[in-house]
Amino acid sequence: MTKLILSRVLQTLLVVFFLVTFVFFAVRAIPGNPFVSEKKTTEQERAALEAYYGLDKPLPVQYFNYWKNILTRGDFGDSLGMKGRKVSTLIKESFPVSLKLGLLSLFFGLIIGIPLGIIAALYHNKWQDYIAMIVAMAGICVVAFVLGPIFQLVFGKPLPILNVAGWSRSSDILLPAITLCFGVAAYLARLTRGGMLDVLSQDYIRTARAKGVPTMKIITKHAMRPALMPAVTYLGPAFAAIITGSFVVETIFLVPGMGQHFVTGITSNDYNLVLGLVLFYGILMGIANLLSDIALLFMDPKLRKA
Amino acid sequence: MLRNFIILTLASFAFVACETRSDVEIANEENILIMGNSAEPKGLDPHLVSGVLESNIIRALFEGLCVEHPSKNEESLPGAAKSWTHSPDYTQWTFSLNPDAKWSDGVPVTARDFAFAYKRLLSPDPNWPAKYAEMLYFLKNAEAYHKNKFGHILCGNDTNFPLPWDTLKEANFDGDPTIKLKSFNDKKFEDLKKSKREKLAKYLQDGETIDLSKITPKEVNFNDLSSPEKRIYFNAKGIDKLSEKELTFLKTQTDVIKWTDKVPENIRQIVLDRIIEHHKAKKPSLWDKAKVGVTIVDDFTLKLDLRGPVPFLHHITKHYTWFPVPKHVVLKYGEINTGLSSPWTKVGNIVSNGAFKLKKWRTNHILELDRNPHYWDNENVHLNGIRYLPVKNLFTETRMFGDGQLHITYKVPAELLKMAEEKYPKSLRKEDYVGVRYIRVNTAKSPFTDPKVRRAFALAIDQKALCDKVLMGGQQPASGIVPPFGDSQPAGVIQFDPEEAKKLLAESEFADPASRPEITLLTTDSDSSLREAVAYQAMWEKHLGIKVRILQREWSTYLSRQFSQDYDLAIAGWIGDFLDPTTFLEMWITDGGNNNTGWGSKQFEDLLKEAENTADPAARLQILAKAEKTILDDTPILPVYWYATNYLIRPEVKNWHPLLLNNHPFKFVKIEK
Repeated sequence: MTKLILSRVLQTLLVVFFLVTFVFFAVRAIPGNPFVSEKKTTEQERAALEAYYGLDKPLPVQYFNYWKNILTRGDFGDSLGMKGRKVSTLIKESFPVSLKLGLLSLFFGLIIGIPLGIIAALYHNKWQDYIAMIVAMAGICVVAFVLGPIFQLVFGKPLPILNVAGWSRSSDILLPAITLCFGVAAYLARLTRGGMLDVLSQDYIRTARAKGVPTMKIITKHAMRPALMPAVTYLGPAFAAIITGSFVVETIFLVPGMGQHFVTGITSNDYNLVLGLVLFYGILMGIANLLSDIALLFMDPKLRKA
Repeated sequence: MLRNFIILTLASFAFVACETRSDVEIANEENILIMGNSAEPKGLDPHLVSGVLESNIIRALFEGLCVEHPSKNEESLPGAAKSWTHSPDYTQWTFSLNPDAKWSDGVPVTARDFAFAYKRLLSPDPNWPAKYAEMLYFLKNAEAYHKNKFGHILCGNDTNFPLPWDTLKEANFDGDPTIKLKSFNDKKFEDLKKSKREKLAKYLQDGETIDLSKITPKEVNFNDLSSPEKRIYFNAKGIDKLSEKELTFLKTQTDVIKWTDKVPENIRQIVLDRIIEHHKAKKPSLWDKAKVGVTIVDDFTLKLDLRGPVPFLHHITKHYTWFPVPKHVVLKYGEINTGLSSPWTKVGNIVSNGAFKLKKWRTNHILELDRNPHYWDNENVHLNGIRYLPVKNLFTETRMFGDGQLHITYKVPAELLKMAEEKYPKSLRKEDYVGVRYIRVNTAKSPFTDPKVRRAFALAIDQKALCDKVLMGGQQPASGIVPPFGDSQPAGVIQFDPEEAKKLLAESEFADPASRPEITLLTTDSDSSLREAVAYQAMWEKHLGIKVRILQREWSTYLSRQFSQDYDLAIAGWIGDFLDPTTFLEMWITDGGNNNTGWGSKQFEDLLKEAENTADPAARLQILAKAEKTILDDTPILPVYWYATNYLIRPEVKNWHPLLLNNHPFKFVKIEK
């Protein structure tokens, strides 16, 4: 167990290191310049700005300084686009929002996706299966920028307790969470169905059936745990992705989350912001994968021995 | 555990379910205005921002000497100044400040705050990231101070100097803008284009050639240069831009740079000595020596001396670059020109002198203002506060308006105009806006080197069809660059005329299709700009038989390519800062930072200069109209339409009238219940 955690942590650190290194150079290779604006930026101004952000130094020095500032002072630098704001402040402000929204939509995704998958497996190749899978396929195919406006018009506008967009009322979380949950629910449904079909054809299930154990009990007691393993493996990265926000859902519903920063960071050549986010996302992804690995250990005794 | 979570979630929704009133209904009771404001503001320092959405907030926070009239474009109301007078020739203005005007912390607003603000914005420090300092160039000597023109400040401003500045200034202080050393990078003199070589020729004697690689690097070793190389290097930079070392060298060989014969050797030595001395003294502030036309007569009297007659100065003082900043607060959190790292505009630190003060500011979420109880005219301010929502998605914004979440939207996207017209006929506004949409032409690239081709392209655009069928937002066909306002009449030069366009093309050097290279039309990556570009493409193909290729690039690349003049045609726009034609014309001077067409005309610049020195408003406008015609005759840009604003506004919002600059003064805005 400790060995697993330790090796996972080391792996994560290694992955984050390579990720940041790659993104550090990749983001600088994007065409455009962070200091371009509608009004001409003179050579002198640009030089001053580049000196202020340390962009005038050779790339290897910049790269070295980037790590140095993080490791010695915990400083991710200033945002180049939103001038005067620290990357760490931007993440600190926006992450709790994305986390809250992500957790709720993950919860919705679980309570929709898993039952849907189980039903589909139980009624394999019957109309229930087809309907469940059509719903799941639609959840994957219909993207958020189609679903979002539909929900805004169908629920947000006619219902007085729901706002179309915004982040001021506590009910404001509902529509974006539901929009986000469909993708997760759809994947979960398909993975659960697959896992469940696999388990249900096993001998021990047949034995249980032969013994006359009620279907409900077979599912909850015997089939559920192994059948959910693929879903749990998927949940790790899905968890990290969903709690770091989605650009589309956030701009449609005016949610002050982290997803917007990813896209504005790229389009405005905001190197520091993009790097800070990638670093943060990388670490989260590592933690989430570790958690899903540990969960699998608890679910599958065979893995514990290995 | 899971059960508890579900119960808790459901309970919290049940709790919020009690609130069935819309946001606007609640805000109406609190007397608060909610506005869509398109995006997250880049900052609130009036000296460091340059965007429209920031200006929407800054106008509510701060107040300039004069204030906009809620409905009359041509009028200015007393703001921080209770009255003002000007000399008959409009070159000197005296503002009497309102002694009751206070910052939101109760400290009085004095002439010192204004002088401090102007000194701050004009700061010549290269690390000072202000984008808009040239708005203050109306002040006498402001440009010289901002651009660190040492010759002007140290010698020209000195009344005891042995040679008058008018004679001395003929010397090459500013450098030669037509020679860009950087552009010679990796080039050989022999390979230069003829036009470029001609620019260098005036510094060369017959048959002299130079090694360009020696004068292009960042650190030029001028001791290694041959004498023609020195001449080009020093003249390209100009006396004001030379380093201490270069100046010391110049003292030994003054004729390397152009002085004219009227400046004798002993005067040259004095000039160079003074600048060297300034460098040696570690460049102390030149504010006092620069004699910028700002005088603090007393705490509540501010005298402004201008570079020439400016009959419309009261309009300019309404622009945020002319607003005061709180000296006591700015200095508390940094130096006068601490730029990006100063926290003075953060919530809790910032104080302002307008009708409102900053209450809350969350990134990508909300920015909220509160009534400023110290505001001098507080009893006549109707609103208790303003909320700005950074709604980037304009479709969401329109939906939010329909759901009662916004009083005023930022913009109705063209795709929704028809729907808005049917659904919210009373709320939809289509108002004129002083801005012009045009197509920038790279006059250095064929076939646009020929003015006839440029003009043919301009006349082949069916402006009216574009406005009525594609844009549909109340835009007006642009017959010139400057939109009509007040006494300024439209130029009436560019009008759709396909026959004339065909004729011009046939007469041009590029009449033969084989002689024309492929032409691209640069635009941004948004859907609406693509629609517009496709319209132009179709019109040119139909009327001229020329098929241009559309080149969509994301915003920063789109801008960079224009600044580096790497395009054929580019769709662009310009929004006026104040109601005067100069705001649209000054950018077209040769090598102006926002010109980027490669076009320039001495005649045009002379007319601008003449207007700058004309006091009579009517005569001035006539000269400017002539200047505009000079550009249009040469057509380095193809005017297409004059802007309009399209937005939605709820009927209970009163005192919000159409204004050409769309700068609505929030102090008068009222919500009627």
